[in-house]
Amino acid sequence: MSRITLLALQILVAVVVLGLWQFFASVPVFGKILLPPFFFSNPVDVLEQIIKWFATGVIWKHLAITLWESILAFVIGSAGGILVGFWFARQPRVAAVFDPYVKMVNALPRVVLAPIFALWFGLGVWSKVALGVTLVFFIVFFNVYQGVKEVPTTVLDNGRMLGMSERQLMRHVYWPSALSWMFSSLHTSVGFAVVGAVVGEYLGAAAGLGYLIQQAEGVFDVAGVFAGMFVLSAFVILIDMVVTMVEKRLLVWRPTAVRQD
Amino acid sequence: MEKTEPTAVALDSATVAFRLADGRVYTAVEQANFAVANGEFVAIVGPTGCGKSTLLNVAAGLLRPAGGAVRIFDKPLAGLNRDAGYLFQADALFPWKTAIDNVAIGLEIRGTPRAEALARAQKWLGSVGLGAFAGRYPHMLSGGQRKRVALAQVLIRDPKILLMDEPFGPLDAQTRQIMGNLLLELWTADRKAVLFVTHDLEEAIALADRVVIMSAGPSARIIGDWRITLPRPRDISEVRMEKDFHALHREIWSVLKDEVMTGYVQSTQAGAA
Repeated sequence: MSRITLLALQILVAVVVLGLWQFFASVPVFGKILLPPFFFSNPVDVLEQIIKWFATGVIWKHLAITLWESILAFVIGSAGGILVGFWFARQPRVAAVFDPYVKMVNALPRVVLAPIFALWFGLGVWSKVALGVTLVFFIVFFNVYQGVKEVPTTVLDNGRMLGMSERQLMRHVYWPSALSWMFSSLHTSVGFAVVGAVVGEYLGAAAGLGYLIQQAEGVFDVAGVFAGMFVLSAFVILIDMVVTMVEKRLLVWRPTAVRQD
Repeated sequence: MEKTEPTAVALDSATVAFRLADGRVYTAVEQANFAVANGEFVAIVGPTGCGKSTLLNVAAGLLRPAGGAVRIFDKPLAGLNRDAGYLFQADALFPWKTAIDNVAIGLEIRGTPRAEALARAQKWLGSVGLGAFAGRYPHMLSGGQRKRVALAQVLIRDPKILLMDEPFGPLDAQTRQIMGNLLLELWTADRKAVLFVTHDLEEAIALADRVVIMSAGPSARIIGDWRITLPRPRDISEVRMEKDFHALHREIWSVLKDEVMTGYVQSTQAGAA
């Protein structure tokens, strides 16, 4: 399938879905409107809402807040995950002691933490960042831990025989291996940073995309809810594209990263 | 043994044992005695699973013998063998480094300035015939090319002793011959002590000054030591046609054959048990 055909087909799917939605929401079938506008709104109204947000500029503030929360959650969560991942992988005894607690905390659905974080950090940016951090941390932690553990013995022995000190092994062997594992989960961890931010906003905030959706829902503004969802998906896709670009840069040495294009 | 050359590697009744998961002790190699003189090329041949690689790891300092002693240039070995370069059987290149960075790393960690390390690495890549592949990552190279990079990676540090663990094992027959000739060519330029482990007797005779035969494991012993007097320089594929080569091969094989059979029977029994 050529790129143009593919693109045309992809657009066709959107057109058909939106067309059906608009049709069933405005034209009565057998004397009944199948998608009542009160519950389902319609694409035209949703589009109007989105255009209004961008035209008046209110959306930028919310986007910026959500982006900022996601970035902070990602950076802090990753830094913590890398540090603890390295620490546990190099100190098996520490890892063994903490193992049940790590599993316990990771098993906890993070949403239940949101009220606690709101209580601790207030309704501002930091309670959302904290929620995102609890999600990102574990993904990065597990991957870095695995990356350090899974360095092939031969590569490690080779480093030693080439005369590397413990610190040089860290820099030239453990670190790149751990990073490669972390980067391979970049899509997941970045995605979870956004999830943390949006869910946090949804449960209690004064700004952000989650707040916007929650507000619209509060006044039964279904068009607003759908508009918020569309903006959110577009936002996530844009971030994902950036991640893909970064990934291609960083993992050139990996066969999978090269074959992808 | 040449009296004039110092002994590069000496194993005095070295015994290597491992503790198994069920607590029993498995003796891989028992009372191994042998020496490699400086500048000498010694090949160790033995049936699969006889502990040849184990012996090499002992010489490298990666493994501590349970008994006996290892001496490197007449000094007891403590920790890793800093005089040795090790060419591994499996891929040991750093996959996140390009070919040239893989070669240069041995100098860089020693504190050589990066520019100089890269220049010398480029030269070494040239000598193993990969001058044009400096920017490739290991996964973009063929198995033979990766072995060449690994060879350059080891040789750039100019180790006094070269330890090789079936380095050409995973390669196809033609590539093995080419690599063998390349190795001989590089070795002739400055004779290092070489300890070369292989299960391929022909390869061993074609390359080495001495061929050491090990018995089948467990508790493998050294059961034979032949001097290979074939003239140098040798060409791996041509030397195999010579009469002397055949005579040596027949003689050594008559000893090795029984061990190979023993090793085979043991490996099948171990599988059944």
